[in-house]
Amino acid sequence: MVTILFDGIAYGMLLFVLACGLTVTMGLMNFINLSHGAFALAGGYVTAALTQKAGLPFLLCLPLAFLFSAVLGMLAEKLLYRRLYQRSHLDQVLFTIGIVFMTVAAVDYLIGSQQQSIHLPAWLRVRLDLLGGSIGVYRLFIIVLCGILALAIQWLLSHTRFGSQLRASVDDPRVARGLGIPVNQVFAVTFALGCGLAGLGGALGADLLGMDPTFPIKFMIYFLIVVTVGGTSGIMGTFFAALLLGIADVAGKYYVPQIGAFVIYALMVAVLILRPQGLFTRGGSR
Amino acid sequence: MTHSVENAMAMMTRTTRWSHWETLFWLASLALLPLFPNKALLFSQIAIMGLFALSLDLILGYAGIVSLGHAAFFGVGAYVAGLMAKHGWGDPTLGLLAAASGAALIGFVTSFLLLRGSDLTRLMVTLGIALMLFEAANRFASITGGADGLQGMMVKPVLGLFSFDLFGKTAYLYSLTILFLLLILARRIVYSPFGLSLRAVKANSLRAGAIGISSATRLVAIYTISAAYAGVAGALSAQTTQLVSLDVLDFHRSADVMLVLVIGGVGWLYGGIIGAIIFSLMQDWLAGITPQYWEFWIGLVLVVLVLVGHGRLQSYARMLIHAITHKGRVAHPDQRGTS
Repeated sequence: MVTILFDGIAYGMLLFVLACGLTVTMGLMNFINLSHGAFALAGGYVTAALTQKAGLPFLLCLPLAFLFSAVLGMLAEKLLYRRLYQRSHLDQVLFTIGIVFMTVAAVDYLIGSQQQSIHLPAWLRVRLDLLGGSIGVYRLFIIVLCGILALAIQWLLSHTRFGSQLRASVDDPRVARGLGIPVNQVFAVTFALGCGLAGLGGALGADLLGMDPTFPIKFMIYFLIVVTVGGTSGIMGTFFAALLLGIADVAGKYYVPQIGAFVIYALMVAVLILRPQGLFTRGGSR
Repeated sequence: MTHSVENAMAMMTRTTRWSHWETLFWLASLALLPLFPNKALLFSQIAIMGLFALSLDLILGYAGIVSLGHAAFFGVGAYVAGLMAKHGWGDPTLGLLAAASGAALIGFVTSFLLLRGSDLTRLMVTLGIALMLFEAANRFASITGGADGLQGMMVKPVLGLFSFDLFGKTAYLYSLTILFLLLILARRIVYSPFGLSLRAVKANSLRAGAIGISSATRLVAIYTISAAYAGVAGALSAQTTQLVSLDVLDFHRSADVMLVLVIGGVGWLYGGIIGAIIFSLMQDWLAGITPQYWEFWIGLVLVVLVLVGHGRLQSYARMLIHAITHKGRVAHPDQRGTS
């Protein structure tokens, strides 16, 4: 019981880090982006390559994965995604699905379809007995790290100048521009940060979730569920949605394995029927 | 006043009239069979894909519902027809009717989930329903055959007269006939007052409501019809290939059909069929070059289509068609825009 809850929380935390960039682009900027998983894939593969081939320590690889995905995200935003902010939702869906298909096939072609494994240091592979359950240190590490990240992101959004600029740009880009906020740059930085976080999530999650070329398609639905269920109230909604989803998925797979992933899809559809805008909504805009 | 009414009526009859190129198109599709007799199976697949894309066009092009889970109805239709053929009711027409009703029922029930929320919510709900059906088909492997597919389908001759042959001649004529009939029906639907009111809802549901059009009933109706169409496509696929596997409910199918429709053009009924032809030719050609990584090229086509603007490409194509069929007359620019 404790183990399941613990695993669920770790899983949920991972989903949060993976999806929180998407919350801003999709939930707040109203840009439907199905290709978010591609950046997580990049992070996971970079970490796998660095730990296996170059033999770098795992902890050093995490910031590198973040940086790599963030730079990739920034380039992609500048070159491609920026053109699509004002387009119809159909265009956005088509374009981002296209990117996903290309990524999956290209990674398969260049690196191969086998699952990537990440070399974890020995101290992370221990299991502890705690509160009557068996707990993996790696999961504890994930929970602590992602918890700190969540607090940091929340602080960044609500207590810094950049955070208020971002909120202003999202609420009303025209007025924000009129006030002298560099809206395009704010969006670019946000997009890059979100992609970086996805890369970090991919690096952290490669061991738990499995990292192969189909990762962006397999987990696309999870990210989307987290974002839509979390609603548009900001990062905390996403956080709770991710935890809920993580726990429900792990518990569902453990207690009723016959119906498997059915649990979370049903949960999502139920939430969307009752609250079409997500669990946590913000009054006012849109 | 009356002048403008006459003008409007003339415009509407002009856009709804059966034009020459349509006759030509259907005659050409019939002529394909004697010209390329050993490709009949491929042609029947194209016709089925065209019908499936047509069903998506009904909701995407005419009601503006972006669905990422349209394979759900295709799959339901395929399984209904497949299971019937397996358990002794192998009559194709009966199978089609049952598949259409089954898919329509699911479409009707789930359409109520689409009435609220934004595009994103609809996207998620359609995707979620398709995934749930996929999981269900996977779990109840004792009924559906799971990943191995449905075994032992016995499909009887069409109307008791034409049995399915190895080369797919019957399959093609059968699929083409159904496609033709359903296209005529779809024409009737979208050019009827009901179809026009749908466009009003798509353009601005608030204003449509203000002039007394209930958007909820319109959306429920067209979604149910579209589901039935997709179900028929699924049933045709099951009957002509004598094979149903989990693949019919796969996410890829939903994404592919959207690509097919977008290539051919959203919102003019023939888009799905044209798209299916181009898609199949492309698949044939590209799969010959890089069989394994064919997905990459699908992705590239999608990206390029969006960047160039699929609306723009298609309005050029339509102007070309107009220029050929109505010599000298000025082509009408399309008001539908890019979406």
